[in-house]
Amino acid sequence: MRRRHDSQPKLYQFRKCRLLRDGKIIRDDLWIRDGKIIDPRKIFWEEQVKADVQIDCNNLIICPGFIDLQINGGFGVDFSSDIDSLEDGLLTVAKGLLQFGVTSFCPTIVTSSQESYNKILKKIKRTPGGLSGAEILGVHLEGPFINPNMKGAHKEHLIQEIRGKGIQEMEDFYGSLNNVSIITLAPELAEKICKQSNSHSAANEEIAEKAAASGATFITHLFNAMLPFHHRDPGIVGLLTSYDIPKLMFYGLIADGIHTHPTATRIAHRSHPCGLVLVTDAMAALGLPPGLHKLGPMQVEIDHGKATLKGTNTLAGRLDV
Amino acid sequence: MQFNLELALSDLKTRDTRGAAVARLKEKLNCRWNKTACKSMRLVICDDYNKLSEWAAKYVRNRILKSQPGPDNYFVLGLPTGSSPLGMYKKLVEFCNRGELSFKYVKTFNMDEYVRLDRDHPESYHSFMWENFFKHIDIDPQNAHILDGNAEDLVAECDSYEEKITEAGGIDLFIGGIGSDGHIAFNEPGSSLVSRTRVKTLAKETILANARFFDDDMSKVPKMALTVGVATVMDAKEVLILISGVKKAHALRQAIEEGVNHMCTVSAFQQHPHTTFVVDEDATMELRVRTVKYFQGLMDVHNKLVEDVEDLQDPTAPPSAKKRKSTDDSNSVYNS
Repeated sequence: MRRRHDSQPKLYQFRKCRLLRDGKIIRDDLWIRDGKIIDPRKIFWEEQVKADVQIDCNNLIICPGFIDLQINGGFGVDFSSDIDSLEDGLLTVAKGLLQFGVTSFCPTIVTSSQESYNKILKKIKRTPGGLSGAEILGVHLEGPFINPNMKGAHKEHLIQEIRGKGIQEMEDFYGSLNNVSIITLAPELAEKICKQSNSHSAANEEIAEKAAASGATFITHLFNAMLPFHHRDPGIVGLLTSYDIPKLMFYGLIADGIHTHPTATRIAHRSHPCGLVLVTDAMAALGLPPGLHKLGPMQVEIDHGKATLKGTNTLAGRLDV
Repeated sequence: MQFNLELALSDLKTRDTRGAAVARLKEKLNCRWNKTACKSMRLVICDDYNKLSEWAAKYVRNRILKSQPGPDNYFVLGLPTGSSPLGMYKKLVEFCNRGELSFKYVKTFNMDEYVRLDRDHPESYHSFMWENFFKHIDIDPQNAHILDGNAEDLVAECDSYEEKITEAGGIDLFIGGIGSDGHIAFNEPGSSLVSRTRVKTLAKETILANARFFDDDMSKVPKMALTVGVATVMDAKEVLILISGVKKAHALRQAIEEGVNHMCTVSAFQQHPHTTFVVDEDATMELRVRTVKYFQGLMDVHNKLVEDVEDLQDPTAPPSAKKRKSTDDSNSVYNS
């Protein structure tokens, strides 16, 4: 019989929790020692010890941290407009997101002026996560190379055209791309495009496939700001089941029941489950009470868990994670 | 007998001098104990599998609670695997979760395990016990014993298992299921009724039946197992055998209506001094009506064995009533 050495790290047993295993939520216990998940059977049969600490989770879910690839701000901070205090703003959001189980995120910048991009991109650095806040994976640039007809909540006068000079044009426009992870643009604006994400686009499927062939790997908020699925020209949505792309696409989905109808969410998930990436598209009002708030240069009204542009019905992002 | 007991119990309830009443009851029961202990085979017939599971679990709970286990008084349980005890394990886990029952001072010995099957293989009995029981209860891992089918020296493993049981003071309550051929543990038809823990080659039938758990690939099915012997189980102070379903009906008939026979190893327990068969209606299909009626007539008596044991929690109860011996006896009195 082996006894635990006092020098050994403590053995934790999270009891009665729900866990994600093989794509399903199951009820089980989670055993952890020295920061690692361990097999409790080995402990039981070989080490023959009990847990040092038992924590009753009362049916809560323990799962890997949520990675949010699209988040515009939160806790009163808007990444696109609060430029002067952006460093502090990032810390506030990174820290605040931990309470929602978000462990990494891509601060997302909506269509802004060239001057703003140059300032913002100097201020957002990739930062490892920890107790002080979630990890910053890199910036998500949503615009300004988008289709004005699909502008959604973006400011039309800031939208830019692509002149077809590839990645160099992007670098020239944005400034440094060193801390940029994702660029969302409309593929119909350019023939040859860099690694990016498709959306705010009126592309037909042929253009979308061409984008994929040219290196696009991600569809930004599927169904939103793109042509609706049509059976004769499936458009960007068609990439989910297309055979004419080099590899399967990932797609972001705002599964809040408002931006995407639950049925549409299921259609996407069932046709291409392993490409689904849940995103929040959360904005500055995340964690704030109802009222008027800033989103980039716009005023956004929060009411009953829904965010709209002031005086309109145009949806402008998520309030919760 | 029942009449006497009821009288005694009412005595116990109505009198102020409870201690004296208990002492008298104990005396009466002690007289009975010697006469009744060696002639009791009970058959408890429950409506269905759920009721059977509940009955068995409550019985086990009461046995453990009444023995008042502690650091110097471990309760030793023998445990089976398979579909028959699953419902009982679930219930026991519920009791444990509700704080009605603790396995802190319980030692367990499992009946059997396959040879050379990975311990964590989903079909191993280690896995079965872990998934369905051990991981849910508060047992000390050092007190949960299962034969190691991957031991280098299998014979030595079996011998030391018997020694461990003896060291633990013998098994207080051995729970078992049976196969449709009346086997208990892996003591298949033809096994000696005086067998002890040993390596056993499995019958072709058993291997075939098991193939479904191993991708229908005969080469993956274990051909040998380690198992406690019939005599190992017979040594237990008390035995509880769970039998459910029409498929086991023929085996139950052989077990209790026919003679002791090594072609139906569970029949050996007719001669055990304290064995209870807990069965569901379906399992009685092959029994004589007379047998069923007789035991059904005793159900009121049997059901008293699984009543909630509030007395034990009653701090005002006299110390004599708390002792294991006296409660033991109050059970055995029902048997005659």
